[in-house]
Amino acid sequence: MSVPLTLLGLLEREPSHGYDLKRTYDDLFAHGRPLPFGQLYSTLGRLARDGKVVVGEAESGAGPERKRYVITPEGASDVETWLREPVAPEPHLHSVLFSKVVLALLLGRDAHAYLDAQKLAHVQRMRELTELRRTAGLVDTLLADNALFHLEADLRWIDTTVARLDQLAREVGA
Amino acid sequence: MTTAPVLEAVGLSLSFGATPALRGADLTVARGELLAIMGPSGSGKTTLLHCLAGILVPDEGEVRFHGSRIDSLDETARSALRRDRFGFVFQFGQLVPELSTLENVALPLLLAGCSRTRALDAARPWFERLGIGGLEDRRSGELSGGQAQRVALARGLVAQPDVLFADEPTGALDSLTGEHVMDLLTLAAREQGTTVVLVTHEARVAAYADRLVLVRDGRVTSPTSAPAPVPTSPAGEP
Repeated sequence: MSVPLTLLGLLEREPSHGYDLKRTYDDLFAHGRPLPFGQLYSTLGRLARDGKVVVGEAESGAGPERKRYVITPEGASDVETWLREPVAPEPHLHSVLFSKVVLALLLGRDAHAYLDAQKLAHVQRMRELTELRRTAGLVDTLLADNALFHLEADLRWIDTTVARLDQLAREVGA
Repeated sequence: MTTAPVLEAVGLSLSFGATPALRGADLTVARGELLAIMGPSGSGKTTLLHCLAGILVPDEGEVRFHGSRIDSLDETARSALRRDRFGFVFQFGQLVPELSTLENVALPLLLAGCSRTRALDAARPWFERLGIGGLEDRRSGELSGGQAQRVALARGLVAQPDVLFADEPTGALDSLTGEHVMDLLTLAAREQGTTVVLVTHEARVAAYADRLVLVRDGRVTSPTSAPAPVPTSPAGEP
């Protein structure tokens, strides 16, 4: 979702060839998951089609891909809007967790045990992130913090749900 | 972590009047392990910690420390055990306000019969180690929450206990200060091979532990083995 706008933002900084753009993106944002070339060029193609970037003349004799991408005023406006607006607080994991709890109750399974297992798995992931923070630089520490706080929010939801399981079972007719 | 258990609780039950706090709790703590106990308020997690530490005696069940029962010891023997083999850190430091911070840290050694000079000498290095150098002569009322908790941590570890019991050690601290205290606690405990049993309601604190067990309705409900692997995708990512 944010890849096209991130690429646009990098192009606002300076026009770029596809390869250089990918390298910058991977350095700053990939975190172990580099952007595939296929996705890069299909995204740039869509951005060009939608008038967010224009493609400069191909340079001859300098490798297979030397198109230069330049952001348009419309593209820059999109970046500005994106950077100003908060992200919609979308539900993340909780819809899955909720579905599992309700299904467990409906099917007569042990929803408590499921939530306990989920809690242990969440804390295990938090343990990995906490360990990462020990040695990470500030950028990775802040990213790990973000993940930790999301996991904490899920855990608070799990605790609240555990406390209300009997009530929930009645409401869903289990 | 396959060494012999340092602590074992088997079938612990304990009621306060008509209110059951523990109903058949089992737990094994390996030597050198950093174990976190989590559970909702009133689940019995602090009562479990107090039984493991010989502060409370269960109505039923056994607590073994290095294989020997401690629940059948009398109060004097349990008191000696707590003093000589266990360290404690509580939510609010619970420093002695009449003593300097240096004397607070030295307190377990003084109570164990160390000379004043030896106890203070042993306490002193902990101040640099925990980043509170220069605060040795302060009174507890002159410390911030994070400083006080680091003093309490030093006091809990100064006598090189077999087990450090920590009950909500960061409960009164802000998140960053709490993390710093947990970093120090885990580092210091690991350096001297101290087993840690930690009660917390904060998942971020539990995440410092090697293992987590859950307590509900007076029982340990989670398996004592390590939890299953989890998906590797970054959590919370949309």
